[in-house]
Amino acid sequence: MQVPAPFEYERATSVDQAIGLLERLGSSARLVAGGHSLLPMMKLRLANFEYLIDINPLHAELGYIRSGSDEVRIGALTRHRELLESDELAAAFPIFRDAERVIADPVVRNRGTLGGSLCQADPSEDLSAVCTTLDASCVIRGPGGAERVVTMKEFHVGPYETAVGDGEMLTEIRLPLRSGGGSAYEKVERRAGDWAVVSAGAAVWLAADGTIADARVGLAAVGPNTTGIPEISAALRGHEPAEELYQEAGAIAARSCDPATDTRGSADYKRHLADELTRRTLRKAVQRARS
Amino acid sequence: MQVTMIVNDVEVTREIEGRLLLVHFLRDTLGLTGTHWGCDTSNCGTCVVWLDGEPVKSCTVLAAMAGGHEVRTVEGLAKGAELDPIQQGFMQCHGLQCGFCTPGMMMTCRALLDKNPDPTDAEIREAISGQICRCTGYSTIVRSVRWASVHEAAEALKNEEAGAQA
Repeated sequence: MQVPAPFEYERATSVDQAIGLLERLGSSARLVAGGHSLLPMMKLRLANFEYLIDINPLHAELGYIRSGSDEVRIGALTRHRELLESDELAAAFPIFRDAERVIADPVVRNRGTLGGSLCQADPSEDLSAVCTTLDASCVIRGPGGAERVVTMKEFHVGPYETAVGDGEMLTEIRLPLRSGGGSAYEKVERRAGDWAVVSAGAAVWLAADGTIADARVGLAAVGPNTTGIPEISAALRGHEPAEELYQEAGAIAARSCDPATDTRGSADYKRHLADELTRRTLRKAVQRARS
Repeated sequence: MQVTMIVNDVEVTREIEGRLLLVHFLRDTLGLTGTHWGCDTSNCGTCVVWLDGEPVKSCTVLAAMAGGHEVRTVEGLAKGAELDPIQQGFMQCHGLQCGFCTPGMMMTCRALLDKNPDPTDAEIREAISGQICRCTGYSTIVRSVRWASVHEAAEALKNEEAGAQA
């Protein structure tokens, strides 16, 4: 039987009360949202905490998708199912629906959350790649209601490590809205609902003359970090979308990533996938930006 | 710690450890062994129950998290002596062989039909894609859900006609 080591269960009543608890209990406490990453790690004793603070009661406060004129704001406790089902989000960023269709399975998606996925900071995690692709920023709240906003690059410090400090909480993800945008996500997995062998996200923004004003690619499961590849953006900017351009981007992706050979595949195969999936997602993102 | 929740329409209060998983609370504390305990890793789905009407994998939910909420298990599907159409479907279409995955399958599929009364085969397969039948009896499970869907539609039509005549 796999059960976590003993801990004290605390229930959050508000964001600020939860932060107060975190501040008082320090690194011996951890927030739990959907629990589908944290609880399995605690069962395996890969993670041990003296206190778990359940923030599920804060769903009314932190579960939302709000579109503004220049950005979409998503509450950290928004569940995978809500992200998948939101037509508003799919219209602005189709990459989200692409990714959510292949994250875990429908029952797990009823529990797992956006904030939990990002805070887990697993290098194979899909939503981190999505948020990197979309140049998201993360709102982190600390004691006394103080908020700071960091980029995805700053947020994702390393595998299983984020910029969120002991007495802090990720509360919101902000996705900038820009005109002429299209986006897509593709994942290769061994079986339905598995972690990615490799996955890639792409977002492009087309100028009025049809050239690429800006483009971003985010990869998952090809190294310790899920980071965007600035060299790809630089290679694409200012050019007319074309198959040769996607090939060039794919080649950059393959040589920029750092995959390891493991049970999911060889490093060579993963580099091949990084190349191929970069091309496919760019192609689809451009199609969507045009339509 | 003390936890209080509604399980199959009955309020229960128990003293538990914070680390107790919902699946063990249901099976060992309450004796509701209809919910099965399988892989322990949220992969197999035999432990699926409803939390406030939504299917969840109870091996990956703390019992404490269910405090103040409503849980429904396979024991809560039938209404008295009358089996739920999904249970009848599994009987009629041989939806189970060894029966180990059956409670989770039925809870997920009941929830599916509540949201989508006429699902396609593909939609049924998608709904149970996080659940494993090691007898590989997926075709008969899909048939069982279709049976329930068709019979519920026929039943609803009959009730409507009876209502119109009255």
